Amino acid sequence: MPAKGDDGLTLAPALQAGERHDTGGVRVERVSRTFASAKGPVHALDGVSLRAGPGEIVGVVGPSGCGKTTLLELICGLQAPDAGTVASAPAALMPQRDLLLPWLSAVDNAALALRARGMGREDARATAAPWLERFGLGGFEQARPARLSGGMRQRVSFLRSLLAGKPVLALDEPFAALDAITRAEMQGWLAQVLATEPRTVVLVTHDVEEAVILSERVLVMSARPGRVVSEVTVALARPRRRTDPEVVALRETVLEALGMPT
Amino acid sequence: MRTLWSAWRLPSAYRRASAWRALACVVVLLGVWELYVDLGGADPLILPAPHAIAQSLFDDRALLWSNFLVTAEEVVLGIVVAAVAALAMASVMHFFITVRQALYPLLIASQTIPIPILAPVLVLWLGFGILPKLVVIALVSFFSIVVTTLAGFASVDPDLIKLMRTFDMPRRRVFWSVELPSALPGVFTGTKIAVIVAVIGAVFAEEAGANSGLGYLFVQSIPQLLTARAYAAVVVLSLFAIALFALLTLAERLTVPWAYQPIGDPSR
Repeated sequence: MPAKGDDGLTLAPALQAGERHDTGGVRVERVSRTFASAKGPVHALDGVSLRAGPGEIVGVVGPSGCGKTTLLELICGLQAPDAGTVASAPAALMPQRDLLLPWLSAVDNAALALRARGMGREDARATAAPWLERFGLGGFEQARPARLSGGMRQRVSFLRSLLAGKPVLALDEPFAALDAITRAEMQGWLAQVLATEPRTVVLVTHDVEEAVILSERVLVMSARPGRVVSEVTVALARPRRRTDPEVVALRETVLEALGMPT
Repeated sequence: MRTLWSAWRLPSAYRRASAWRALACVVVLLGVWELYVDLGGADPLILPAPHAIAQSLFDDRALLWSNFLVTAEEVVLGIVVAAVAALAMASVMHFFITVRQALYPLLIASQTIPIPILAPVLVLWLGFGILPKLVVIALVSFFSIVVTTLAGFASVDPDLIKLMRTFDMPRRRVFWSVELPSALPGVFTGTKIAVIVAVIGAVFAEEAGANSGLGYLFVQSIPQLLTARAYAAVVVLSLFAIALFALLTLAERLTVPWAYQPIGDPSR
């Protein structure tokens, strides 16, 4: 039974010695990955390196098909690299689509990662319920996903990954499926949550502004085969607003690195 | 109780409209049939008029009812056996791709066995009791349930399985918590298809050797020139199949309501 913090958050399990991880951070060194496909081999990643220190938020932007999802799956241990090394603390994924189970209530969906580790149903609910309240989902504990808005579903999904208790979160375009207004709200909300619940975060996104607002560093990747073409440090105080001149300037720097007109 | 109510209420306007259409269709069909026989289009011993069948439904109600109970027991038990066995088989086939590859052709082959030929063999083998009927009914029902259940298992998003793996969810728990609930709507779909063929299977099984049941009654009535009674037995069988189908639909709405969420829900 994992220990609980003062605020009821289940703490990350202590790092186990050995295999894939050595710190609370992420270290990906010159990793390459190639898939076989009907049209021949696909080079998803080519010599990609990424480091995220404990508690750091690293954004990864790049065009479609630059291997961003592959990178996250390597970090989560769902794939093995063909070349290079991946050393990461245990990581939980948060997918682009919420992937909530339609037959479970919001609280049971949020508690799924706790249940996965063998926690009893009632204990898991009791742990997850105060978090729903904190995430602005109070009163919706018993609602099935079909009754929740897109933003609410994404918050339940995020909570589910957060409660997995892993020191690393791999966010795969977490707000891409939301409308522009909800997405902006959710970005501000995520920044707040991560300020109080620090995690090492690798945030893959299409949205350059999102990367600049949320990350401490932004890696810019090229089209397939994915390579890191630029790294932009975002040394700005929080909270950041999308209208801040520094945010706008950095956004343009990143867009330029992507080779897009600004 | 509220769940039960909402399950029925959901498409009420649509249901009422479709019920009227179905009823109107039946009335027209019966009218044409009645006229055709009354005007001498067919020998009533071969094609009895609807009013004669209705008369038999009333006159022979005790006989029909007692034989209906026999057939109903066979069909319900047979469907339950088939559904449980099919769910188990589909689960094993889902878990072990080698089993799926080995058994799928056999499963398809099992559907091509001509039941009227197999049924007498089963009676010789298993006797005149309920057992050969259950085997026939389960055999004809099994296939559709396995196929739709497998489709249910296959409908699970692979990304969802990956997500559960990053949560360190054990394989067994993934099955019980994620895959099995996803497959349940498929079990219902397959069972709804199966009840219809199960009723036909019951008739063939009774024809091969039985001393009661609607199929037996049908077979007995023809040589006695009680054609209307034979048709009445068929009417009861049809109503029974429709009732089973409706019951399964209701059970489906109550058990797997998420499979019925309207996509354009305005509350989203």
